[in-house]
Amino acid sequence: MLGKTAGGLFWMFRFLERAENTARLVEAGFRIALTRSTDASTEWESVATTAGVATRYHEKHDTFNATDVIDYLLRDKDNMSSVYSVTKSARDNARLVRTALTSEVWTAVNDSWMTIQDLLKRPVKETELPRVLDSIRQQSAIVRGALHGTMLRNDIYDFARIGTFIERADNTARIIDVKYYTLLPSSSFVGSSLDNVQWETILRSVSAHRAFRWLDEDEMTAAGVARFLILDRRLPRSLVFSMATTVENLNYLADEYGERHACHDHAELMLKKLKERDIASIFDEGLHEFITNFIQDNYALGQMIERDYKFYG
Amino acid sequence: MNTKPDHFDEMRMGDDQVRPPYANYKSWFDGQDPGRLAKKSKEAEAFFRRTGITFNVYGQMAAEERLIPFDLVPRIISGREWTKLSRGIEQRVRAINAFLHDIYNRQEILRAGRIPIDLIARNEAFLPQMMGFSPPGGVYTHIVGTDIVRTGEDDFFVLEDNARTPSGVSYMLENRETMLQMFPELFSRIKVRPVSDYPKNLRRSLAASAPKSCGGKPVIAVLTPGIYNSAYYEHSFLADQMGAELVEGHDLRVVDGHIAMRTTRGYKQIDVLYRRVDDEFLDPLTFNPKSMLGVPGIMDVYRAGNITIANAPGTGVADDKAIYSYMPDIIEFYTGEKAILKNVETFRCGEQDSLKYVLDNLAELVVKEVHGSGGYGMLVGPAASKKELADFADKLRARPSNYIAQPTLSLSTVPIMVKKGLAPRHVDLRPYVLVSPDGVDITPGGLTRVALTEGSLVVNSSQGGGTKDTWVLED
Repeated sequence: MLGKTAGGLFWMFRFLERAENTARLVEAGFRIALTRSTDASTEWESVATTAGVATRYHEKHDTFNATDVIDYLLRDKDNMSSVYSVTKSARDNARLVRTALTSEVWTAVNDSWMTIQDLLKRPVKETELPRVLDSIRQQSAIVRGALHGTMLRNDIYDFARIGTFIERADNTARIIDVKYYTLLPSSSFVGSSLDNVQWETILRSVSAHRAFRWLDEDEMTAAGVARFLILDRRLPRSLVFSMATTVENLNYLADEYGERHACHDHAELMLKKLKERDIASIFDEGLHEFITNFIQDNYALGQMIERDYKFYG
Repeated sequence: MNTKPDHFDEMRMGDDQVRPPYANYKSWFDGQDPGRLAKKSKEAEAFFRRTGITFNVYGQMAAEERLIPFDLVPRIISGREWTKLSRGIEQRVRAINAFLHDIYNRQEILRAGRIPIDLIARNEAFLPQMMGFSPPGGVYTHIVGTDIVRTGEDDFFVLEDNARTPSGVSYMLENRETMLQMFPELFSRIKVRPVSDYPKNLRRSLAASAPKSCGGKPVIAVLTPGIYNSAYYEHSFLADQMGAELVEGHDLRVVDGHIAMRTTRGYKQIDVLYRRVDDEFLDPLTFNPKSMLGVPGIMDVYRAGNITIANAPGTGVADDKAIYSYMPDIIEFYTGEKAILKNVETFRCGEQDSLKYVLDNLAELVVKEVHGSGGYGMLVGPAASKKELADFADKLRARPSNYIAQPTLSLSTVPIMVKKGLAPRHVDLRPYVLVSPDGVDITPGGLTRVALTEGSLVVNSSQGGGTKDTWVLED
């Protein structure tokens, strides 16, 4: 496979994952703003920060209000990470790697671009928002379905999966990072309404609020939520799950190509570090520090993969 | 009706008579519910858009992707008509390859005084780098798309030879695919010669043209300028259908005297490069130094015989519009036969008498740039305003040798679907020809382009033309 094709697949699936995550983030923010009487602007600021666009947003807008943040995250063409921009980037990458995709996957991505373009043609009204967000998530489910249902399990699939899970790990880590203080046991009043709101936002941003209740029979605690997001292997958006899947797919590549690279050792070490930990020791080390390190390691992993598999000349 | 009655209507003869090739189709058509056909037409458009069969329009900043309108009435050619056409095309393509080999080697046609030396020496498409070199297998034009128009029962004219990098073949294939999906019953009722072997034949033809130095199974790649090129869809489609890698210039480099592509496992040698990048951009070391689309050093590898470039660099010298006017002589010179397909009478504006004639009769003529394509920079006299005519006359006087002029042909018409049923529109035809050391292979049919506006003669997709499926009957 061409190095460029591997890179195109990697980024195509990173962008698709990002579109879905951003939609989920907006949904969580919207829901909290609707149902809780806390200061909405703080909430929207942290949504923008989690999406990694707060600084650029500030260049354009003075305050963090629902209308502007939602529009910036969904539709703004200046925002490289808006749902509009990343869907376009995903589709551009899909065109680039067209020969590596089944026609089902290509059609799904192309359809998704046409649908989302249409949905985001005009500013999204509050009454329309749930339907639009739902649609965005549905589109990515269709693409994912086509990928699983029709693609050969070869290097093409591996690069697609690696892109997906590096992006997902980054996303979950950012959510934790932005809200890490609300997860610290020391600063929390267990069960206070403020904490409940914050935890709920976090869980909703990874679509895990119901799952958490099902799996965690105990009362919701900071440590419980943090453990769930970082260390629970059953949660498909946890750090450990994302890392395990990345390692798995990197190893498939090593098997197929008969060659291991720096990225393999790095990824396995990251996974090992996660698996060895329990949540108490993470709190001992410092949650913030732990997450910051993880985000840096994950970023470095992306760069190693890029180099090891010759994405660029 | 705007369309003059003297146009040859390929379906109708007289008022109610249907010509034989269309008889079977027409009786099927008459039995169809118009509402259903209209719905099918919408379906086809949705299908094209979903599949991403689009082209990008040049000269627009936000490289917009557009659909080429598809008309669901097929253009039908009888087997007998096709036999003659394909013989004529093969003759022409063989002559072009012989001509190219001669021009880049002994230049006997120039010594014989059959065409003026200036036409070659001052031709921008002539590449001195190709002198004294024979491409692998002696093939210059691996892929040709000959533009043909019809003006009467037995009158076919070649309009252009397109020996550089002709495009549109993906539409030929997708149009048939679409028709098969929409009207399977038609194909069991009428026996149409298949086109779907084209990608397989293209692959075989390219493989057969691999350099001698290539040991095992040749590695083939398609070189595209990238996703913003107007024909990118076609590049990816052909690569996909052939099972070849789709590469861009920055994926390639010279490694150990060969061209190699950067893969996830290091550099891998390529033997045949089907390039959809113009000569000028092929090698920044030899041609345009600013080109980012080519491969530095590829011309050295080529001249060393270590890669096949399809089509060969420098083939443009055989298909520009000034050379075109000499094609009947060229065919006779190399094949010893009269040209089977006619040439359109052509005035070379570089010649004094011709220029005067062209300026005097501008409103009746079609004027084209010698190196133009895609319908850009061309004047259709009868459709032009007074001001357009005057402006064009100035351009002509300023650079006469840059232009040729031809009489306005009364192109044949084929029906398209309109709201009220069927209506005649002007068409041309581009059959696709593959040349390898093993022989010439012409796909039965080709791409029919149709001017969708009533009375219009401009069929180019960039100028609002559409396409049709083209049937050659088994008869």
